[in-house]
Amino acid sequence: MARVALDRVRKVYRNGFEAVKPASFEIADGEFLVLVGPSGCGKSTLLRMVAGLEDITEGSLSINGREVNGVDPAERDIAMVFQNYALYPHMTVRRNIAYGLKNRGMAKDRIAAKVQEAARMLNLTEHLDRKPSQLSGGQRQRVAMGRAIVRDPALFLFDEPLSNLDAKLRNQMRIEVKALQRRLGVTSIYVTHDQVEAMTMADRIIVLNAGRIEQIGTPSEIYHSPASVFVASFMGAPPMNLMRGAIETGAVRLSDGTALMQAPAGRGGAVTLGIRPEDVHVGEGPADFDVALVEELGAHRLLHGEVAGQPFTAHVLKDSPLGPGRHRIGLPAGALSLFDPDTGVRL
Amino acid sequence: MAHIPTTSDRAPAPARLLAAGRRRAPRIRWGGLVDHLVLIAGALFMLAPSLMLLQMSTIPDEQIMRTGPSFQIGDRFLPNLDKALNESMSFSGETTGRNMFRNSMILGFGFAIGKIVIAMMAAYAIVYFRLRFAMLAFWLIFTTLLLPLEVRIVPSYEITQQLGLLNTWTGLIVPLIASATATFFFRQYFLSVPEELVEAARIDGAGPIRFFLDILVPLSRTMVAAMFIIMFVYGWNQYLWPTMISTEEGRFTLVQGIKQITQGLEGGHIPEFGRSNILAILAVLPPVLVVVFFQRWFVKGLTDTDK
Repeated sequence: MARVALDRVRKVYRNGFEAVKPASFEIADGEFLVLVGPSGCGKSTLLRMVAGLEDITEGSLSINGREVNGVDPAERDIAMVFQNYALYPHMTVRRNIAYGLKNRGMAKDRIAAKVQEAARMLNLTEHLDRKPSQLSGGQRQRVAMGRAIVRDPALFLFDEPLSNLDAKLRNQMRIEVKALQRRLGVTSIYVTHDQVEAMTMADRIIVLNAGRIEQIGTPSEIYHSPASVFVASFMGAPPMNLMRGAIETGAVRLSDGTALMQAPAGRGGAVTLGIRPEDVHVGEGPADFDVALVEELGAHRLLHGEVAGQPFTAHVLKDSPLGPGRHRIGLPAGALSLFDPDTGVRL
Repeated sequence: MAHIPTTSDRAPAPARLLAAGRRRAPRIRWGGLVDHLVLIAGALFMLAPSLMLLQMSTIPDEQIMRTGPSFQIGDRFLPNLDKALNESMSFSGETTGRNMFRNSMILGFGFAIGKIVIAMMAAYAIVYFRLRFAMLAFWLIFTTLLLPLEVRIVPSYEITQQLGLLNTWTGLIVPLIASATATFFFRQYFLSVPEELVEAARIDGAGPIRFFLDILVPLSRTMVAAMFIIMFVYGWNQYLWPTMISTEEGRFTLVQGIKQITQGLEGGHIPEFGRSNILAILAVLPPVLVVVFFQRWFVKGLTDTDK
């Protein structure tokens, strides 16, 4: 079990590219932290710095209070699950799982017992003597997990472990991974570009963009009060509606002048308005919504169209009779987010 | 032996069922037939010299002198074999077939194993370590392909001689043990091994030597087999270098020895065709066996990209 602390950790590659801007955060013992962001945002680099596979340019990384910047990956008491599993193709499942223990000089009978236990936990017992090439994607994924848990590490690192699986298996493995982490209580850092994975698995999420931390918070905080336009548009499917608006004559208004709510004190001028599609009241309210397209999703429907000349999506229940055409909508003040249109930061 | 598909084998399954249902003879596929005729003709063409050697080793030398190769199988095979293996042509009595066969084996295995070990380690260093001039080193190694032994034989001989290595196995094998070809192939192979494997091994606590022995070497076994064939045959067929380095007859190889025997021609008495023919067959056999034995891995090693 471990606490991990990053203090202004920064990564600059030799060609001058700053992959990770100074990042500081702490991970509590037993916490499941998810790093999420689009590709190239630095989330994998950050994880690999924690693993010790990538040098830390500046700043300090400590695990359980001990600075580990210069410590070899094998000495950090971590285990990592890779995107393409990185199983040793010429070794059986048993030897794959046992390899890390063998290198640490553990006695043979103890290794055998630990491998058995890990295999039982992951339903791999009958596959122990197979080679990775004889296993399905999900089974390979479990072997990679087995290799990680068998060592009882202080910290699990996951680098997009589910992205090579098909959608159905991914949902299932998502739950398995989360349940396993809960049961073992091991502190974990999980990297993904899939915001659904981030939302469903995390205790806390860190959203990264272009090497910078955009927001740190629980899934609910991230979803309901995004710290920036980037977070608002990245998290959630469909994403938050973002519209140009302004604060004029004491009210927050859409670009066509419709007043939505009372303006917060001390602000004026242009703002960016954000609202989640499911927070929109369709049927009554001050604004006009021109619906052009209805997307049928079974459990609910999405109405796509325009509000005040800007693209807009609203979420309605499956038995809603609304179709294409003009509808009144209400945008409740409590669900509205206001952002600075220049910096994208939440007001 | 490779399985040669016949016309009925190659017919797609539904067609075969249909043919069986109607109880008709399968139609002859002319394309396949022509393919096979060409292949058979080629195989015979390649085999003919070896069969000729075999035939001529069964009849007395005088008869070869009179009639040349024929289809007659004589009774001299075993006596000739005995002579080839156990009798020596030279004064020292050390150029027996048995002896020369052993020497050729030492050369073949010495070259193959030495070259593979050195090339693998060189490629490992170039690919996996942050060396300052790794790229330069690689290209230097690569350009030696342009300098085959024949070009640099005088300086090579001089160095070997100054080191006092003439007439030693070390002198025979070590000066030729660096292989640009093998280094190149191993480098390309190592470059295709996924990066994550190294990282997983690092996290699993495997140091550079462990990673090399536990993971990289077993992964490269098809490549090793392919290189083994090439290098064994290369070593086995060496003629110029052993002729220069070993003047002691105890170190003569088969390839050298055959030449020694046919020199008897110039003496006036009848040359020992039977015996030299058997030595020639002996000289062909090991490379053929190595290829037959390793060919499955050979093809895999050079073509398989799936790790």
